[in-house]
Amino acid sequence: MENLSPAFITTFEASERALTTEHLDVLYGGTIQKLFDTSLQFKKNSITALIGASGSGKSTFLRSLNRMNDTVATVNGKIMFHGLNVNQANINVYELRKSIGMVFQKPNPFPKSIYDNITYALRADGEKNQQKLATIVEESLRAAALWDEVKDKLNQSALALSGGQQQRLCIARALALRPEIILLDEPASALDPVSTSKLEDTLKQLREKYTMVMVTHNMQQAARISDYTAFFHLGHAIEYDTTTNIFTNPQGAITEAYIQGSFG
Amino acid sequence: MSKKDTENLKDVVNQAIDSQQVVHVKLKDIGQKDVDIDKLTRPSKETHQEYWGRGLSYLAIGLIILLVGSIIGFVGIHGLATFFRDHVNLWQFLSSTDWDPTSGPNHVGALVMIVTSFLVTLLSALVATPFAVAVALFMTEYASKKAASFLQSIIELLVGIPSVVYGFLGLTLVVPVIRAIFGGTGFGILAGMLVLFVMVLPTITSLTVDALNAVPKHFRQASAALGATHWQTIARVVLKVATPRILTAVIFGMARAFGEALAVQMVIGNAVLMPYNLVTPSSTLTSQLTTQIGNTVMGTLANNALWSLALLLLVMSLFFNILVRMIGKKGAK
Amino acid sequence: MTEHQKDRFATGVIYFLVGIVVILLAGILGNILINGLPHLSWHFLTSESSDFQAGGGVRDQLFNSVYLLVLTTIISLPIALGAAIYLSEYARDNWITHLIRSTIEILSSLPSIVVGLFGYLLFVVQFGFGFSILSGALALTFFNLPILTSNIEESLKGVSATQREAGLALGLSNWKTIRGIVVPAALPGIITGVVLSGGRIFGEAATLIYTAGQSGSLVDYHNWNPLSPTSFLNVMRPAETLAVHIWKVNTEGIISDATAVSAATGALLVLVVIIFNLSARYFGNKLYQKLTAAK
Repeated sequence: MENLSPAFITTFEASERALTTEHLDVLYGGTIQKLFDTSLQFKKNSITALIGASGSGKSTFLRSLNRMNDTVATVNGKIMFHGLNVNQANINVYELRKSIGMVFQKPNPFPKSIYDNITYALRADGEKNQQKLATIVEESLRAAALWDEVKDKLNQSALALSGGQQQRLCIARALALRPEIILLDEPASALDPVSTSKLEDTLKQLREKYTMVMVTHNMQQAARISDYTAFFHLGHAIEYDTTTNIFTNPQGAITEAYIQGSFG
Repeated sequence: MSKKDTENLKDVVNQAIDSQQVVHVKLKDIGQKDVDIDKLTRPSKETHQEYWGRGLSYLAIGLIILLVGSIIGFVGIHGLATFFRDHVNLWQFLSSTDWDPTSGPNHVGALVMIVTSFLVTLLSALVATPFAVAVALFMTEYASKKAASFLQSIIELLVGIPSVVYGFLGLTLVVPVIRAIFGGTGFGILAGMLVLFVMVLPTITSLTVDALNAVPKHFRQASAALGATHWQTIARVVLKVATPRILTAVIFGMARAFGEALAVQMVIGNAVLMPYNLVTPSSTLTSQLTTQIGNTVMGTLANNALWSLALLLLVMSLFFNILVRMIGKKGAK
Repeated sequence: MTEHQKDRFATGVIYFLVGIVVILLAGILGNILINGLPHLSWHFLTSESSDFQAGGGVRDQLFNSVYLLVLTTIISLPIALGAAIYLSEYARDNWITHLIRSTIEILSSLPSIVVGLFGYLLFVVQFGFGFSILSGALALTFFNLPILTSNIEESLKGVSATQREAGLALGLSNWKTIRGIVVPAALPGIITGVVLSGGRIFGEAATLIYTAGQSGSLVDYHNWNPLSPTSFLNVMRPAETLAVHIWKVNTEGIISDATAVSAATGALLVLVVIIFNLSARYFGNKLYQKLTAAK
């Protein structure tokens, strides 16, 4: 049996933490445990990469952070956000998700115009000022580095965009709600190399304003854009440190084997 | 890790980290908003929306359940009144051919209708099944895509033709032909069966097509690779695998035939006479209901006796339903 | 017989049976249209039906059929949509859901005459609506609900789960996600389902003979007040539909041209079914293209 206890887990000052999990367990169907006793702290205005093999629990962990797993799994433990445990029954998950946005593996724009894709949630939220909506659309698209490519076709269907553009639109759509944290679930896995590099540039820019947690299968990508990296194995967070340390000086034997195998 | 590997890796990572150049873009309006932590513990517009929306969908489904419950309840109460209030003997109801409810509780025997209903249903399904299976096999195993989809749309169209139109065709085409060949009136089980045959044929066919399409392609390929002829593949593999679902298709067809009212009523003759052959007028449960319910007064024995026929129809439709389920379960094993 | 001969024989039998069916189907459709279309004149569509003499039309029956179709769709669509949303979005995979599904299956397999008689008991007698368009529309709603519900449920299930995730991740409620994203994306399928079920309603007779009735009343097409007894919009008047008309002139009819009238009405019904089938596909495809338009 491998030793699955954490090799090293970095911590931050309370004032630096954007989000913290304490002893998080995730169970499917009440019996199948996918995540064990995970306690991680995420630093403000940084990109944290979650790496590990398929089935290591990293996606499960990520989706628990904004309560997207509620209907399919039981999540035990605490998720601390601004001093509040948001993993409680009385928490308003809709408001929570407006503060903790999410971008998915496969680009999933709505079958609506580019403009409506970005404004839909805002209008549902009661924003009626057209001027303000137009400003937000432009700013979000600029922030997602998509403005120049789509500014002349905002009323066209979002489904006509390329995969990479669609994914950046999904980021713009999340940004429009002015979240604090953005969760990214393998955002580049369905994209070609050029689109991927554009997406990575976008994420690097956004670090200035947002805290990002990103699941990725791509080690080079984790190395290129993340500040911190957490390594998951069989549902356990094995090691969590600066990206440089994880890749060049891993403490755990499993981490080292995984990194070495991945870089080949 | 060897020393050299580690050095290489460090290079890769350092290069990668060096390339983390940040292009500055001004983010004004869409920077992060200060989180109002109180909001997270209070119900919001979305909470209410969810409450009402979920409520509406529950209401709709509740309405349907209430509906089915009340249909069964109402028909049950009226249908059972014959036995509990008018004290008709259940066995007599099921086994006597004496149907004259206006003359009193000793004349409530539904055997003629029961026998006729079952006969037209079984005969029409029996005749329709080989045709339906042949057409379905043709569509899935022999025909080109184009021919298959053409047949498919014709079959869909036939499912959609109103039953009174079939009844009318039976009345103007089938009945005269039977009269010419066999004499008599031409009305009877044979006419009813022929009309129902045409009506259930598209139903059974399209469900059989689904059944055959559900057989995985590699079964056929494996069989063909073993040198089996096309027909051997069909008979030993395709039909064998699809049998439970084809049976289900036949039962769906029978359920449709058993419950069909107007088309049958138009050609069956509507005389409560035991059918000793296929070309004398008779009466089914549905045809008796259709023609007589308007001639009786609510609450009388004659009326209740008709509701008992309706209850029998309902019970049979439940029975067909259960049968389909049982076959489905067995097929799944 | 060798296997090869068996194969040839079986193929022959299949082609023979298919040939018979094709001839039969062509004969049926041909017969309806060839016998009916010549009688299907403008005069036939726009004049009143006759109780005794030849030469009557089907104006009122045609209007009643359309009116019942519209009313039934208006009543059944919201219920079917709500129920389908429950089944596809909210229902968990447990015994309650199984029970509900069985209930809907039972409703869909009930003979339409039983549904009609239940409508007669409940609406005509119990609620005192009498033989009326309202009773007919409500009974047809029962007849229509199970099929419409399962059609809509299928369309909703066809919408990718990633669309729902996208909505939820933006802080939308489930309901808003369903209403604003899932239902619009499923609209092509929903419309196809509604139109196809419309064809079924249009041709249904057994449900109606004891609810909407087998006779019409005097109808004034210039009277737009739905509360007036003679108004064509009045829902409390008895109303015979096209399908019921065919049945009636053939079973009780004393008009001398019953066969011609039925043939023409039959052809009309079949034409309407064909139009419904074609337009269901056309609108479904068109709308789908519009939703996913590359422009």
